[in-house]
Amino acid sequence: MSYITGVGLTAFGKHEGSSSLDLMSKAAELAIADAGLKRAEIDGILCGYSTVAPHIMLATVFAEHFGIRPAYAHAVQVGGATGLAMTMLAHQLVEAGVAKHVLVVGGENRLTGQSRDASILALAQVGHPDYEVPLGPTIPAYYGLVASRYMHEYGVTQQDLAEFAVLMRRHALTHPGAQFHDAITVADVMASKPVALPLKLLDCCPVSDGGAAFVVSREATGEVGVRVRGCAQAHTHQHVTAAPALSELGAEIAIARAKANAGVAISDVRYAAVYDSFTITLAMLLEDLGLAARGEAASRVRSGYFDRDGAMPLNTHGGLLSYGHCGVGGAMAHLAETHLQMTGRAGNRQVRDASIALLHGDGGVLSSHVSMFLERVR
Amino acid sequence: MSGGKQRPADWTAGAEAIVYQCCAACGGLQYFHRSFCVSCGAPDPIEKRAGGDGTVYATSLVCRAATPETRAHVPYNIVLVDCAEGFRMMAHGDPDLAIGDRVTARFAQFTGRLVPYFTRKK
Repeated sequence: MSYITGVGLTAFGKHEGSSSLDLMSKAAELAIADAGLKRAEIDGILCGYSTVAPHIMLATVFAEHFGIRPAYAHAVQVGGATGLAMTMLAHQLVEAGVAKHVLVVGGENRLTGQSRDASILALAQVGHPDYEVPLGPTIPAYYGLVASRYMHEYGVTQQDLAEFAVLMRRHALTHPGAQFHDAITVADVMASKPVALPLKLLDCCPVSDGGAAFVVSREATGEVGVRVRGCAQAHTHQHVTAAPALSELGAEIAIARAKANAGVAISDVRYAAVYDSFTITLAMLLEDLGLAARGEAASRVRSGYFDRDGAMPLNTHGGLLSYGHCGVGGAMAHLAETHLQMTGRAGNRQVRDASIALLHGDGGVLSSHVSMFLERVR
Repeated sequence: MSGGKQRPADWTAGAEAIVYQCCAACGGLQYFHRSFCVSCGAPDPIEKRAGGDGTVYATSLVCRAATPETRAHVPYNIVLVDCAEGFRMMAHGDPDLAIGDRVTARFAQFTGRLVPYFTRKK
């Protein structure tokens, strides 16, 4: 058994003058304090990567910087799925008795530490170096390809996709740490600058500075425990050229394994935290995970199903699309928010019931998937 | 490369050709070059030159590029094409291509190098 005993999340946006290590440290300090622990009690560290400051041993660089001498430490790299992959590993390390309190941390000054072009260029390298990258694709183009096919097969429109951007922005308006605080409409999304059609600027998450961290422990340290009920992964390909058919993508495989591992059905889920690098990512994943029927996620957005007071509150902090995306820490914000919801600490964003939550992360171009169920226990 | 065999040049090496591999043991096809068959692991799949015909599987018109070199070309259409021989590839194509269009390959210059470029079949 393992528990998420503490979470830490910085505001996302511009942190002028902060390094990746600064942002990681800030989030780590918040998470350890939230767990009611002291630094010296942390005996395991898992960290992500920084595209601004790449290092072959980031976990030990961080451990030295932060002042911890852990019994277990290394970095993990699974693109956007890194945060949940680290949490899954921390869960397993704790269950196996390798460590008592594992700190999971990600942070990057991706916005102010390098140019936006440099970020886009660094991320485009997830493409095949010989057969894709020479064609000048960008991450939005990889997802634009997937979007065009998904829209073709399931009759999804650009207006449908725009609904997800509007929903995430509406949620971000209620979180002071979110990068964006201006309301947007479907018309705004439709009128935003074309990036990689069918995706437009407001279909894409921003580049942000920020950090996030969790502590995963053997025992609960607070009154309300948030337990990892079960989790699983699936990895079907790396490059979009080699991706399987839309009906055979990894999210469906990962969620089936996670449901079996956790003994949980989608009908048990009360809160959803789903990776949303682009509007199409969120639309597809919601349908792959079974949170909406095929081609019907947008109509569920329109009906309020995913609102804070809806049947399945989704990314109530605003998600990558509007809270922001600082790399590994970006999708970790989804778990930090889930924890606040599950422990009744989400303030004006608090949902009625977040007793069982489903989290899902995606790395690459729908390449790597991690599904996880969290359960509140008292 | 295994067995000392010469790998035929394709567009990734600047030649006006699309090359794929076919496994003699299991018949598996692959576009990304390897010294083995990704389906069954048998060594030395046979190199074949594709005819250049295919069907558009997906498209994305890039309007925002990340380098000065690629920015000079915007907008450019990135396409996934299901080639007649049975493998999928990424390429450039006419800006108005739609999913399901029957296309044929030619080659174009992009950022100072040769890339496959698909046009609608007449």
